[in-house]
Amino acid sequence: MTTVLATRSLVKRFGGLAATNDVTLDVQRGARHALIGPNGAGKTTLINLLTGVLEPTSGTISLDGADITKLASHLRVRRGVVRTFQINQLFNTLTPLSSLALAVSVHRKTSTRWWRSLGSDAGVAAECEQLLGRFRLGDVMDQPVHSLAYGKRRLLEIALALACQPRVLLLDEPVAGVPEGERQEIFETINALPDVTGGRSEIVKV
Amino acid sequence: MLTLLFDGIAYGMLLFILAVGLAVTLGLMNFINLAHGAFAMAGGYITVLLMNRAGVPFLACLPIAFVATALLGALLERTLYRPMYARPHLDQVLFSIGLVFMAVTAVDYVVGSMQQNIHLPDWLQGRLPIEAVGIGKYRLFIVIVCALLAIALQWVLSRTRFGSRLRASVDDPRVAGGLGLDVNRIFLLTFAVGSGLAGLGGALGAEVLGLDPTFPLKFMIYFLIVVSVGGTTTITGPLLAALLLGIADVAGKYYVPKLGAFIVYTLMVAILLWRPQGLFARASAR
Amino acid sequence: MTDAAATTPSRASPRAPLGAAARSLRGYARWRWWELALFAALPLSWLLLPSQALLLNEIAIVALFAISLDLVLGYAGIVSLGHAAFFGFGAYTAALFAKDVMPDPIVGLVVAIAASALLGLVTSVLILRGSDLTRLMVTLGVASILYELANKLDWLTGGAAGLQGVVMGPITVPFSALAGFEFDLNGRVAYAYTLVVLIVVLLIARRLVYSPFGASLQALRDNRLRAASIGLSVPLRLIAVYTIAGGVAGAAGALLAQTSGFASLDLFDFHRSAEVMLVLVIGGTGYLYGGIFGAIAFKLLHDLISAWTPQYWNFWIGLFLVVLVLVGRERFIRPWTWFGKGARP
Repeated sequence: MTTVLATRSLVKRFGGLAATNDVTLDVQRGARHALIGPNGAGKTTLINLLTGVLEPTSGTISLDGADITKLASHLRVRRGVVRTFQINQLFNTLTPLSSLALAVSVHRKTSTRWWRSLGSDAGVAAECEQLLGRFRLGDVMDQPVHSLAYGKRRLLEIALALACQPRVLLLDEPVAGVPEGERQEIFETINALPDVTGGRSEIVKV
Repeated sequence: MLTLLFDGIAYGMLLFILAVGLAVTLGLMNFINLAHGAFAMAGGYITVLLMNRAGVPFLACLPIAFVATALLGALLERTLYRPMYARPHLDQVLFSIGLVFMAVTAVDYVVGSMQQNIHLPDWLQGRLPIEAVGIGKYRLFIVIVCALLAIALQWVLSRTRFGSRLRASVDDPRVAGGLGLDVNRIFLLTFAVGSGLAGLGGALGAEVLGLDPTFPLKFMIYFLIVVSVGGTTTITGPLLAALLLGIADVAGKYYVPKLGAFIVYTLMVAILLWRPQGLFARASAR
Repeated sequence: MTDAAATTPSRASPRAPLGAAARSLRGYARWRWWELALFAALPLSWLLLPSQALLLNEIAIVALFAISLDLVLGYAGIVSLGHAAFFGFGAYTAALFAKDVMPDPIVGLVVAIAASALLGLVTSVLILRGSDLTRLMVTLGVASILYELANKLDWLTGGAAGLQGVVMGPITVPFSALAGFEFDLNGRVAYAYTLVVLIVVLLIARRLVYSPFGASLQALRDNRLRAASIGLSVPLRLIAVYTIAGGVAGAAGALLAQTSGFASLDLFDFHRSAEVMLVLVIGGTGYLYGGIFGAIAFKLLHDLISAWTPQYWNFWIGLFLVVLVLVGRERFIRPWTWFGKGARP
């Protein structure tokens, strides 16, 4: 029972409004938490704080005991704190394949390579195959993202996050806009993906 | 020194009136309109032509320049600008550069490229002996007119219903539209008034800044400096930025003529580096 | 490769045949036929059109300049109105180097590229933060500052009159027994020189844009927020691409100074920055070769319109811009979408 992600007395104020008011939480390895509450409760704010998009007014955040309160957003991703977005945030002119290949390359620390092609790394290709297969994106993998149907875009949104091999995965309304019948499938797909981080923790905002 | 300060203030007030329309349009429509200077030029040329060809007195030309340019702005907004609002900024930049080129060469073709002269009425010429320093009457006139306009603008913005509708639309056009505000009409009116003010500024500034077909290109960067440093969410922001710019430019050209405009550009770059959202902007939805 | 295939469980969807992704990825950077044709056409143009060498040289230099802007604008999404800063800086550096240090063209070119890249590095911090307008302003500001500097430091740069009388030495290929190639009046040597630089830059840039780094640039252009959310360091990449683009633009400027023998203030002018943007937009952004097609089209357009109305060419180019944008840039370069249901604007 190891704590992966923890916050202590996290506060975020916007002017007079305390969107996050003294939040202390511990997320254990492999645990899954649901973040529920009425609109305006501050759920997305909390996710933004955890991922570094917003700076807290006070309080601390730590990952594996190390303080990440001031750590830049993209560095938290490298350490394994990854999120999805409620409204799809995708790379519209890229293809699902190249988007995933890029995300995988970042994780494998080969994203600064400038001489060899994006497609030349066999390991990247293998991981992309897996993700495309699991998320049923194989048949649209070479189409520009802006031309995809909503359902596929939502799947890609989540696949991109999983490509980063998260240790803590923050899902912001992952099944928003997805028909009832397919929702369970999405959760099962996420679960079925092999986890090289040794126990992925999840916070799901619903 | 006082004369310099005063000249700088006059120059700054003029820049403010010229640029305030640009600030509001940018804040409201999120549209980078590099052709704003063309409206100023239009106002200047209308004034010159009316005075020199038709003998219309200077004071009468000012409101005419305002109204004529406002009408021109309204026409262009409705026809050309409106389809461009949703476009990416690159498209807007290209579009407005195209308009400027067209305006500049068209004026050159019709009127010629010489600098135009305005003969100010006698009571505006010369200096007022105040203290030991002479204060140019015309510059004083400019400061007074622009200050009155600035006060009027601030009053409209903060005390009238139109002002609050405008502010709402600047903050979030979609929500404003959702509340039932006719955002299109607000855009149209604002654009028209902004262009009209630019025209008025062009008329006022013809004598001080010089008027020739390259006016929009020469001063474009100054308007943009006022807007980017002053921010687009207030009236006072661009006002202060314009005053700062006016004083810095006049002082720079006097004390260090070797460097000239270099000082202004460096100051701008430094300010934007320090505060990318402008000196006075508050965080907005965009 | 076979390991991955063996360990992928049989539960993979039947719609994604094994290896499809790998196959597609392997073809990611493959040469299209028209690319090969283009690369063949370049040296062919030198062979087959000797009398047009001066004109072609001019076009090639503009193309190189536009390609550098493509890296910044087309691939990284930075709207810059001051790209001429690097162009002029490279030109003046090369001219001054030839005049005051040594007239060797290649050494001068290398020095100019290094200097412009350094300028790019230094000014890249300015474009990291702020909105599009802020970036527009600082890029414009930097170009204006350089213009003023070149104007006022007239003891160095010749001021408003420009830097005249730059005489270049012969091009000597290092480590070879080849005799030097003197610049000739017909421009054939100049064009060959420019072409070699253009081809080398294209080949390197091609590698760059198809690499993971290139993909990351496009990602941050498309969605900066998501780019950071998959772990990309946006500022570092912006700095890198701006530095590289600065160097390439400086190369173009240096080539101009070296092949024409002088440098002048108008190289920093707003018109230059606006023109190169137009050239790139005509040719198309974001696929690397837009600069070449745009330069050719622009030159043709320029000559066509200038022959008809030399003084008011700006009017027609302005009109062209307005129409281009109203029609939509992507649709413009795809004439088959002009009628009927077209692509999105």
